[in-house]
Amino acid sequence: MTQISYREAVRGAIRRAMQQDKRVFLMGEDVGHYGGCYAVSKGLLEEFGPDRIRDTPLSESAFTGAGIGAAMGGMRPIVEIMTCNFSLLALDQIMNNAATIRHMSGGQFNVPIVIRLATGGGRQLAAQHSHSLEGWYAHIPGIRVLAPGTVEDAGGMLSAALNDPDPVLIFENALLYNDTAEIDEPVDVDIDHAAVRREGNNISLITYGGSLGKTLAAAEQLEADGISAEVIDLRVLRPLDDDTILASIAKTRRCVIIDEGWRSGSISAEIMARIIEQRFWDLDAPLARVCSEEVPMPYAKHLEEAALPSLQKIVAAARAAVGR
Amino acid sequence: MNAPDTKVRLTREHCRHLLHQMLRVRRFEEKCAELYTQEKIRGFLHLYIGEEAIAVGIMQVLEPEDAIVATYREHGHALVRGVSAGAIMAEMFGKQEGCSRGRGGSMHLFDAQTRFYGGNAIVGGGLPVATGLALADALSGKAHVTACFFGEGAAAEGEFHEALNLAALWHLPVLFVCENNLYAMGTALDLTEAETDISAKAASYKMPSEAVDGMNVVDVEAAARKAAAAIRESRGPYFLECRTYRFRAHSMYDPQLYRTKEEVEQWKGKGPIKRFQKWALDAGELREADVAEIEQAIAAEISEAVEFAEAGSWEPVENLTRDVGAERRA
Repeated sequence: MTQISYREAVRGAIRRAMQQDKRVFLMGEDVGHYGGCYAVSKGLLEEFGPDRIRDTPLSESAFTGAGIGAAMGGMRPIVEIMTCNFSLLALDQIMNNAATIRHMSGGQFNVPIVIRLATGGGRQLAAQHSHSLEGWYAHIPGIRVLAPGTVEDAGGMLSAALNDPDPVLIFENALLYNDTAEIDEPVDVDIDHAAVRREGNNISLITYGGSLGKTLAAAEQLEADGISAEVIDLRVLRPLDDDTILASIAKTRRCVIIDEGWRSGSISAEIMARIIEQRFWDLDAPLARVCSEEVPMPYAKHLEEAALPSLQKIVAAARAAVGR
Repeated sequence: MNAPDTKVRLTREHCRHLLHQMLRVRRFEEKCAELYTQEKIRGFLHLYIGEEAIAVGIMQVLEPEDAIVATYREHGHALVRGVSAGAIMAEMFGKQEGCSRGRGGSMHLFDAQTRFYGGNAIVGGGLPVATGLALADALSGKAHVTACFFGEGAAAEGEFHEALNLAALWHLPVLFVCENNLYAMGTALDLTEAETDISAKAASYKMPSEAVDGMNVVDVEAAARKAAAAIRESRGPYFLECRTYRFRAHSMYDPQLYRTKEEVEQWKGKGPIKRFQKWALDAGELREADVAEIEQAIAAEISEAVEFAEAGSWEPVENLTRDVGAERRA
């Protein structure tokens, strides 16, 4: 067993994929000589050379589109987009090409690209480097959207994503890169299903990515007060794993969803809708959610903290739902 | 090693072929316009009429393993590349026998067999993809060329500049073919570009770049031969601006208020088919009987294509979500 970080887990997964399959290469801004903006790809240029660890110009649309073309041409590109805010410059390629070409071509062409993006706030980087846009991407048919919330998932999702014949977007919350865990052997992670991270009977706390740690901490605190919370880590934001969500609701009959995206039109709104559509009569309390406040992320620390989901807000929402 | 043969040999057979292909595209699209008014074809329909020399001239130099990326005005490219007229027509009818299973329509023709990667209806959207296809070839040591067709309107998009830069920076074998028909929908080039010489823009990215008379199929083929030979040798990109004009409206919805009838007529006088046919007849390369024979063959092909489309079937609605994603992961 070795203690490794989320960052090292991603790097290890990239390295293994590149060793195992010559078609795999990594490209993005600063992935090579700089070593990766979050140091994820540090050392890989020396190991694999500039053809396979490819520094790109600041041209999100072109290098994402080139990844799409390369995938259609038989390669297995991993494209890194420095933060998901910048992915908006590549949204045309992601939505109009990657997500649609299989369908528009009547199934003749597929786009086996993996796009990794850093997401989330909490580093006082203000509104243009801190947003959580994974929920938007989860709106788009034709792509798979993953959000690894643990070190094991960070390492294990990549090879599964590379084996997916369709485009996969992996949102890595930037605050998780320094998280560490004891990992024995790299394991392939299921990219179809949510994971139950903690069993409980009184309430379901449904979350993913950067909010998973806070939610587990909230569950501990609730436990001390005699409230048994089940924590569901969605992991896969598209397609959503309804079965795991609904099975938990059937057991606990109450639910709070924790989502770092903005409340309006968020992935949490979609989850609430699905629960109401399918389990309305099972519910003992109104559904609740803890989202980011509806502001562009502010710079000042106290304001940023106030904008993001917090342990206190999660605990308060859960207490309200169970009436305590 | 011998220098690559870039000369166009205008044998009788070749002249017949060039005329046949251009006329095929023209008649096919005239039929499409007719079928559109009959509401057999719906949606947007962008006709290539007037620009046929470009697709025909360029396709001459492409090998079966080469890849093609085109725009929403791509019936001609698909036809000349070898996608069957029936499959294209059925696609426009929305039938499941269409080359995109009725999912793409006129603007999104796809064909894996001929490495025809679409029909892209986002202006500039195909350029990065073509660059990526060339990157795949470069990384896997394949000696293919990717030809990328787009209009001059794309030169105003960031993706044009980003993709050209990337292709030149990484020495990727892309043949960029700008079909400059002077109007981006209804807006003239000099109303949208500070520099209207598109080939000069491309040259600034340090790739060989050339402008050619896009109304002359022989000129286009000659330029394409030179370009393809350069790409196959250098493995780097090449830019060809083909100056042309569309005789019809941008799409079937366009009343063409932005240009005069006189201007259109003037360009029609320089029409690629008219000009080449006259030249070939005057030069004795072709006889009137050849033209009649070609027309007859095309008429038969098109009527078969229409019959094929008419006889095609509607995909069951239960299949609606088919091909959004893979059924089973590899």
